[in-house]
Amino acid sequence: MGTEKPKADLLPGTLDMLVLKILMRGHLHGYAIAQLIQQLSDDLLRVEEGSLYPALQRLELNGWIEGEWGLSANNRRARFYKLTPEGRKRLAEESARYRQVTGAVARIMGFA
Amino acid sequence: MQADSRWKRFRRRLRYWLDRRERNRWLWEEMEFHIESTMDELAAQGVSKAEAHAAARRKFGNMTQKSEEARSTWIARWMSDLAQDLHHSFRGMRRDAGFTAFTILIAGLGIGASSTVFSVVNALLLRPLPFRDAGRLVWITNGGDYATQAEHYVGLRELNRSFSDLAGWSAFYRAGDSELTGIGEPERLTSVPVTENFFALLGVQPAIGRSFTSEECQGRYAAPPATVLSYNFWRRRFAADPNVVGRKLTLNNGPVTVVGVLPASFDFGSVFAPGTRVDIFIPWPLTDNTKPTGNTMKIIGRLKRGATVRGAQAEFATLGRQLTSQYPKRNPIVPLLVPLEQYVSGPVSPALFVLACAVGVVMLIVCANLSNLQLARLGSRQNEMAMRVALGAGRSRLLRQMLTESVALACCGALFGLLLAVAGTREVAHLHAFNLPLLESVRIDGSALLFTLQAAVATGILFGLLPALRVTALSLREGMQDASRGSSGGRRHAWVRDGLVVSELAFACILLVGAGLLIRSFLRVLDVNLGFQPERAAALRIDPSFRIASLAQQDSFIDDVLNRVRSVPGIVEAGITDILPLRDDRSWQVSAVGQVYSRSHPPPEPFISVVSDGYFKAAGIPLRLGREITERDRVSSDPVVVVNETLARTLWPGQNPVGQMITTDGGRRVIGVVGDIRNEALEKAGGPEMYLPMRQTGDFAAMQLVVRTALPPDSLASGIRAALRPVDPNLPVREFVTFQDLVDKAVSPRRFLVLLLAGFAAFALVLASLGIYAVISYSVSQRVKEIGIRMALGASAIDLQLSIVLHTLGLAALGLALGMAVARGVSIALGSLLFGVTAGDPITFTAMGMLLAMVAAVAGYIPAWKASRVDPMVALRSN
Repeated sequence: MGTEKPKADLLPGTLDMLVLKILMRGHLHGYAIAQLIQQLSDDLLRVEEGSLYPALQRLELNGWIEGEWGLSANNRRARFYKLTPEGRKRLAEESARYRQVTGAVARIMGFA
Repeated sequence: MQADSRWKRFRRRLRYWLDRRERNRWLWEEMEFHIESTMDELAAQGVSKAEAHAAARRKFGNMTQKSEEARSTWIARWMSDLAQDLHHSFRGMRRDAGFTAFTILIAGLGIGASSTVFSVVNALLLRPLPFRDAGRLVWITNGGDYATQAEHYVGLRELNRSFSDLAGWSAFYRAGDSELTGIGEPERLTSVPVTENFFALLGVQPAIGRSFTSEECQGRYAAPPATVLSYNFWRRRFAADPNVVGRKLTLNNGPVTVVGVLPASFDFGSVFAPGTRVDIFIPWPLTDNTKPTGNTMKIIGRLKRGATVRGAQAEFATLGRQLTSQYPKRNPIVPLLVPLEQYVSGPVSPALFVLACAVGVVMLIVCANLSNLQLARLGSRQNEMAMRVALGAGRSRLLRQMLTESVALACCGALFGLLLAVAGTREVAHLHAFNLPLLESVRIDGSALLFTLQAAVATGILFGLLPALRVTALSLREGMQDASRGSSGGRRHAWVRDGLVVSELAFACILLVGAGLLIRSFLRVLDVNLGFQPERAAALRIDPSFRIASLAQQDSFIDDVLNRVRSVPGIVEAGITDILPLRDDRSWQVSAVGQVYSRSHPPPEPFISVVSDGYFKAAGIPLRLGREITERDRVSSDPVVVVNETLARTLWPGQNPVGQMITTDGGRRVIGVVGDIRNEALEKAGGPEMYLPMRQTGDFAAMQLVVRTALPPDSLASGIRAALRPVDPNLPVREFVTFQDLVDKAVSPRRFLVLLLAGFAAFALVLASLGIYAVISYSVSQRVKEIGIRMALGASAIDLQLSIVLHTLGLAALGLALGMAVARGVSIALGSLLFGVTAGDPITFTAMGMLLAMVAAVAGYIPAWKASRVDPMVALRSN
């Protein structure tokens, strides 16, 4: 049961950025965010549910996302999150920094 | 920008925290949704419902933990930790009820004592006096000790520029000066004559009615037209009737109108005359015709804004010299200024300082003791702590948990202590017989509550820190295995526990030596030869309610009183005096005929008493030379006087004083010499005294009947009252003062200090012995195996006991040596409080050292005795 694919841990600090990026697509609930991250990474990245919800709380507390209650596709009450303008700014900063860091790592590793 | 977003975040955090219940529900709902969605997906893949459910749950993990993790981002984390720690603490307290009860008891006693002492210090030293802007009030004396002449007061008041105003009252009011008749039982009241502006200067507003007007301050001194009642007298005599204002009373056979009632917050006695009760205030006329002669005024002043005591002192020194040279006929004036607060609380501050230090030392012992107990429990806590470490608790988290526990315990103790302190302060506030200022205002107020809270937290941290550091260090280093063996950890911190015991003993030693020195001083004071015999002597104020018009009438009154009283069964001696030793005094300058005095060689200034025949025998003052005053020393006979030994020695050194002449009071011949008495304080050797025959003068303000009795004086009060009724039916005989009361009152501040200090020392001794007992028991329990082996190898019980007791005594010796060394230094600071013993009094030091060593030996012997009864086989099998 489940997938036998090798588990890839997220680099620390990237979950927040991924969540913000996913939310660029519109209003999504937690389950959809987790699913999307998994699908978009071809099942390579799996978000631990246990870290997703603390992350959502943290992002909301920082004012980068906003949650509100709505109905899910199968008519169940779910909490949908959307990006705030501050969240967009934050995403831009985070991705710029991420690009810098990965670029630097890639150069050292000789990938570039 | 940065600050702005931080502020926003803080506000959000706060809002989330306030909405935490709803937010928590949301979170659960969100996670439920997540699980259900997972289940739906699994079901769509064809997994059975139950299996899908289990899988989804498993995948999600421990929901409680997740929700807590999620929550921790919005609840300030430490708050949830605190709640958790407190929860743990209270669970731990319940589990270990004996330890908890003991800790709360000990901490409670310590904190209760601290809060009580703090409340006393707060009332007497820290809190401002109950007057408006009390910091600017200044006490002005003449040469430090004396009152000031009214003319000088008027002069100073007009000339000075430092004070917005001066006010004063009569230094020579006495208990029971005024007689209230006409309503119910006649009663003698204590009345204080005050200047018109007295209440205004202090900023005291009458609760009902008004203060005196200037017209009311023009009348005759002895016949005041108006009076202001003290709050307590108003409650006692008029049942707090607000309509009393405007009522006419009969005071000293004259009409007087009640114009006001003072507020409860104003207690003249507690500030200016500790231990006395003042009933009413009367205006003191200071017109040219009415102002009294002699040094009669006590003065206070209110500094102008910006003026300082130092500046005012300089100005007043100049004014004093100016007035003295301008009016050579008046008494000289040397004004000395002290802030009023210093004057009121200055004399008691050394004793309060000692008490505060003592209670601080008691708290240190309490903390050392509790620390030790906590350490002893570490063995059993070790497993729990190691478990927590294994489950991922960090060191700081453990430290916090331990400290939360000890602070929680200390706070429980503080609650108990607060109850004690409330009871204690109530007791202290009712010590009316104690000669201490402001005692009535001792209570637990806001600052005392704050102090208690701080004391509780400090105590908790102090006694919890050492065990907390210990336990976390051990847990992290050794983990569960070692802890379960339990011995090596104990070994390693044996020195910590020994150190705590040694410090407890040292502190206890300091307290014991301090208390011992003060107790010995107290006994020495009680042992002092007073010069009179207080046992079975008592006084009763008997001024007649009618006016005595002539010395002949006075003679017959005295004869009548003395004859009737002497015939009462049980009365051995009776006489009359105008002042009572240790309570009242007045002094005159006295010069001998044929001697020359100058400014550098002034005549002596003895205390003056006016006494009738029989007084010396009644008071128990021994005659040394010549004869006593008799009933034949009347106005028609030769004017005579009796002096005491000091005055005789001062005026006529090496000569026979009997037959010598003095110039004072129109010239008098010395007929006898009596022994000195302690008149100001028990600690102070008597100064010069002079006794005038009552039948030869009208210059006295009170008549105190003094009786020496064969039965307890109180049982004779009604007999005396009945005997005197025919002499003066209106004679109020309410106050019956035994001489022992006078002595007790004079030593009451010392008694107060000694009682408290002895209590603290006893508490410290008990704590220290408990500490020793705990440590020795613990070390014995750690060595059960070793003891078993030794006994199996043939060590006798005596050897074993001896070795344990010797270990105890070793600790005691170390503690004693440290304590004695510190006590020697500290005892010098007791300085002025010691009487008749030196700071290094060998008897006290030896006795206290032996007491501590004995207590230590007993506390160590009990566990030793228990250990020696251990069955070797049982001991070897243990562990």
